[in-house]
Amino acid sequence: MKILYFAWVRERIGLAGEEIAVPETVRTVAELAGWLAARGEGYARAFENPRVVRAALDRRHAKPDTALAGASEIAFFPPMTGG
Amino acid sequence: MFTVRIQSGDFDAAAEAARLTQGRTDIGAVVTFAGLCRDDDAAGGAPLVALTLEHYPGMAEEEITRLVGEARARWPLLGATVIHRYGRIVPGDNIVLVVTASPHRGAAFAAAEFLMDWLKTRAPFWKLEEREDTNDWVAAKDSDDEAAGRWE
Repeated sequence: MKILYFAWVRERIGLAGEEIAVPETVRTVAELAGWLAARGEGYARAFENPRVVRAALDRRHAKPDTALAGASEIAFFPPMTGG
Repeated sequence: MFTVRIQSGDFDAAAEAARLTQGRTDIGAVVTFAGLCRDDDAAGGAPLVALTLEHYPGMAEEEITRLVGEARARWPLLGATVIHRYGRIVPGDNIVLVVTASPHRGAAFAAAEFLMDWLKTRAPFWKLEEREDTNDWVAAKDSDDEAAGRWE
């Protein structure tokens, strides 16, 4: 699965994106965030307050309980501040 | 004509508005909103040098196109143009443009405000503030969530 990071999520993890084989036991957006948080210090800091990290699945806004099933791209990012 | 553009370069608000109405006689109202980079945010802090806007390529255009579709479902629009810039932007420069056209002013005003309110909370852009001493990501405002929420 292609995983993208933006703004301070990207800075904390130290990557703009990566290709990861996500275990089948990881079924939802929130479960993936929790699984990523265990990958290292930067990931842990990025997801230390999971409620403020937003996600998009295949370029559409997703909720924590949205299923990953069939998606090829997921992005994690802070609340948006454009406009 | 409905147009969404994500670009690093500047835009010309008057030219974009003129393009929407060119050759048409059915448009009675055009509302043009431009959002600019301002430098008055620092409460006692160092002045703002620039904003750097990061975006999610692909999704930014798709999400704003979805918002324009939602606006068209709610109001009788005859045209709309939304342009959002990314990259480094200095105080006084343009950031975002929303132009809406409709037969009557009510729909054009409402749709322009709706598009700006929803764009702020749903379009994948993030502002990094560059000041003389620090660089900080701008925090999302509760007031923006409230402004977007009143349309639901």
